[in-house]
Amino acid sequence: MEKLLELKKVSLTYQTLENEIRAIEDLSFYCNKGDFLSIIGPSGCGKTTVLSLIAGLLPPTSGEILINGKKDYEKNDLGYMLQKDQLFPWRTIEKNVYLPLEIKKSLTKRNKDFADSLLDKYGLKEFKKNYPDQLSGGMRQRAALIRTLVSNPKLLLLDEPFSALDYQTRLSVCDDVYKIIKQEEKTALLVTHDISEAIAMSDIIIVLKSRPAKVKCVFVPKIFGESPLKKRESKDFGVWFEKIWKELDK
Amino acid sequence: MKKIADFSEEHAKYIKRFKKENALVTVLRFALLALLLGLWELFANLGVIDPFIASSPSRVATTVRRLFVEDNFLYHIGITLYETILGFLIAVAAGYVLALALWWSERLRRVLEPYIVVLNSLPKIALGPIIIVWFGSGVKAIVFMAVIIGVIVALITMLNGFLATDKNKILLLKSFGASKFQILKKLVVPGSLPTFISMLKISVGMAWIGSIMGEYLVSRAGLGYLIVYGGQVFKLDLVMASTVVLCALATLMYVLVAFLEKKIIKYKN
Repeated sequence: MEKLLELKKVSLTYQTLENEIRAIEDLSFYCNKGDFLSIIGPSGCGKTTVLSLIAGLLPPTSGEILINGKKDYEKNDLGYMLQKDQLFPWRTIEKNVYLPLEIKKSLTKRNKDFADSLLDKYGLKEFKKNYPDQLSGGMRQRAALIRTLVSNPKLLLLDEPFSALDYQTRLSVCDDVYKIIKQEEKTALLVTHDISEAIAMSDIIIVLKSRPAKVKCVFVPKIFGESPLKKRESKDFGVWFEKIWKELDK
Repeated sequence: MKKIADFSEEHAKYIKRFKKENALVTVLRFALLALLLGLWELFANLGVIDPFIASSPSRVATTVRRLFVEDNFLYHIGITLYETILGFLIAVAAGYVLALALWWSERLRRVLEPYIVVLNSLPKIALGPIIIVWFGSGVKAIVFMAVIIGVIVALITMLNGFLATDKNKILLLKSFGASKFQILKKLVVPGSLPTFISMLKISVGMAWIGSIMGEYLVSRAGLGYLIVYGGQVFKLDLVMASTVVLCALATLMYVLVAFLEKKIIKYKN
């Protein structure tokens, strides 16, 4: 298997006036191409910080982050999806989706066509000229995912992207996003504090210990089912839930 | 959007009730105005109040007409409008540009913060004598007064708007590799458009305060000049007439800004 993402002994210390905080210490893990990997841990354990490090928004204090074995990877290789959809309310759906291309100054005919094809494929064709407030929460989330996909990233970083949605919508959006990610053959790294979401979506689950963040243990839940919703129906689901829950609680 | 016809009778009734209420409010507004004007006129005619001191609606109307026909009222209105609009535009532009600079550099913001606080609390009219000495007693001094009164408020309002930009949206743009200038252009400026509109509304009021106050201090023409002059020679008709016209102009300018708001902001926040 090809390692797409690899963290080697990554540490991060940040300074405040009162204190020096060791947020992450010797964090090492990797992720193969095509994997869906989740990171779970108690809130405030630095899960989001790990994503910021991978996204290049923060430099690590020590250690290395490699994508395809390279240290200086490009922003194009990554797609970051944040909490809430973060669609700009003054832009139409279409213009929101073009935003990363505008920033990267690559708003070419070809890239635009690709963005349009994604919008068409995932049912947002009629809503291209609409403003975000005219769409449902689920559709907005789908638009946010498409915005992440337009620059054709190799790795998707998902930072609790469903946390702002109500439970009902959350289950279906989760399913939706999973299917799109699999269909586009992307590798994804999800950060969440929701154990069942992690089990339903991922091939590998990394449990983090907090302050400083470190890998506590790794689970590879083998649950039959082609989608998160189907997996939730499996009888093994509860078993895995219990296992991980106990580990988190320790 | 469904058409109203698609909804139930209940909904039609609701709409009807809503429209009726709106119509009633409008009627009551005019009725209140008519009542006040009527009482004013009546009391002045009956001698309950002295029309020499309190004037009356009919005397105001006659004075306005006479001012337009005999005196050069349009000239005075023109002068005040010119000072107000010029002061408004300079204050808004300067406030916006300064706010951009302070958003851009946190260090500059921290350095200038105490100065802004002091300038904001200072009653600008205290600078009157200095302004007269520096700019003489003409349009220049009045525009300057309008600008210093408006610029600080415009700056503070706009800066708060810029700083209120959603941190997560900035993070999102950074994850695309956006430069600071791109963040400004794609997010901070368009995102603060509603703040910009409310800043314009506040600045309209500030510009009028500035220009009229300036005219009280130094001018030889304009509506503020007519009001002060009327007060000094006890021509209350002139004071009232100028005030009424001033009200109309200030309202008109506000309505223009509100119209602009409808034109540019098409989304709901």
